Amino acid sequence: MSKGYFKILRPGINSTFQDLGRFNLHHIGIPLSGVMDKRNYLIGNKLVENSNYISAVEFAYQGPLLKLQSTNVTAAITGNVNFKILRANSNIENGQCYETFELKAGDQIDIISTNKSVYGYFFIKGGFEIDSFWKSYSINTKAKIGPNDGNKFILNQKLFIKNKESKFQKKRIEHLNSKIEFIRVLKGTNFNYFSEEAIDSFFKKEFIVSKLTDRMGMRIEGPKLENMVETNIKSEGLIKGVIQVPGDGNPIIMLSDYGTIGGYPKIGVVISADHDRLTQLSPGSKIKFKLVELSEAENLYKLYEIETKNILNQIR
Amino acid sequence: MIKNITNLGDAAVYCDFGNKIDQETNLNVIKYFKNLRQLKVIGITNITPSYNKLIVSFDPSVTNYEKIKNKILDLKSKKNHNQNNKLIKIPICIDEEFSLDIKRLSEKLKIENEQIYNFFLSKEYYCYMTGFIAGMPFLGDTNEKIRLNRLETPRVKVPMGSIGITEQFCNIYTYESPGGWNIIGNTPIKVFNKLNQENPTLINPGDRVKFYKINKQEYQNFNE
Repeated sequence: MSKGYFKILRPGINSTFQDLGRFNLHHIGIPLSGVMDKRNYLIGNKLVENSNYISAVEFAYQGPLLKLQSTNVTAAITGNVNFKILRANSNIENGQCYETFELKAGDQIDIISTNKSVYGYFFIKGGFEIDSFWKSYSINTKAKIGPNDGNKFILNQKLFIKNKESKFQKKRIEHLNSKIEFIRVLKGTNFNYFSEEAIDSFFKKEFIVSKLTDRMGMRIEGPKLENMVETNIKSEGLIKGVIQVPGDGNPIIMLSDYGTIGGYPKIGVVISADHDRLTQLSPGSKIKFKLVELSEAENLYKLYEIETKNILNQIR
Repeated sequence: MIKNITNLGDAAVYCDFGNKIDQETNLNVIKYFKNLRQLKVIGITNITPSYNKLIVSFDPSVTNYEKIKNKILDLKSKKNHNQNNKLIKIPICIDEEFSLDIKRLSEKLKIENEQIYNFFLSKEYYCYMTGFIAGMPFLGDTNEKIRLNRLETPRVKVPMGSIGITEQFCNIYTYESPGGWNIIGNTPIKVFNKLNQENPTLINPGDRVKFYKINKQEYQNFNE
């Protein structure tokens, strides 16, 4: 039997392989990359009994349409995703997130859209036949590194499957992606550059997620934040979650494919516990910030981890 | 020495080496970077040196701010690294096809084109850091006579290989990328080569760089 693969009949808007990211390369200009929504990644891999190092297909807004050839696979989709399974015999099934399903040779999976969110994940048991680059399977389209020569998926491409046929096992979990009222932030290293009025607006007014949002960063629009000191700083390192404010007063939040160095003042940093929810805010969403202290952020991250563990433990 | 140490969010330590941007400060940053890297501290996910800062990010499920901060402060007693830095020669073609902003520079600085290149080519530069995009070196310091701010409106696409100057610095665009530096030429040399996985960056922090002029013919034949 020849090697199984998915043929891409529609690539989707921004479909890539992602895992937990690429570490310790900031000093040469390579960001972490990796999945935007970590919790949904961990749940999906647990459903199909993969380790956390097996990459998923991450898609944004509209996902791919894929046709399976020459093999059967156990698959799952996580996130808030609308999808259909088009069986080889022409039957059409509505897909359910957070449960495994079996795809047989000739079946198609049509990942139509993410609902009121941005990212979704597609998993298959055993993973895809791809090579790691600097110990990660994440595609970084900006530096053109990772599997698929660092490019997002294109039409008619084949995604080869690691052939490990096994008996299908139904697994499911009840899961709702939690929404929160606030995105919580810690003071940034240039917090004092901003006027009292700017700080007041930042924590009291609403911002709107702009269309200029992708895996690199999220631009938000709202009251202009007035800088009293200097609108440029000497370029220095960046990390996911940093909120930079350029001279025009509109904040930019760094996401997984951030530039490793930046020269705009940092008003705040989104706490790690809120990264997943932040990245799922689609353009037009309202966003409100709340200031917390470091010890609180640390406790909230512990809580996030316990919650994740509890969810994963329910999958058996 | 570290003048101030604080947290950057809940997953990074921010070390400030003072306001001065010079080689002495930067060599200190690089020393800390190398020493810390050698320790292979559990939980550290990235160490980012820049002109006068060092940002150490970590996995908050493995460690925390206090622990990593103390590791960094303990480094104080460690002795200096042997500086083993190279001099790298970079060809530059200044054909008008590549020198996108030489006219602007010449007008604003009120210096002839040729004079700008003489100043630019006569100095040896120091690499402060690499980043923003993969492998992009931030070099300095340029002659005081050819210093100018960024473009008022940055370009959406700066061609790969472009060599730009701004303030006291110069850099090389390792990829096509948005950018606002004044472009004075282009190099055919691969400054970032992902196929060389062990050593993808030609120029590393602490290295020295000297540019030399090539003509269009030499540019075109360079990679053959």
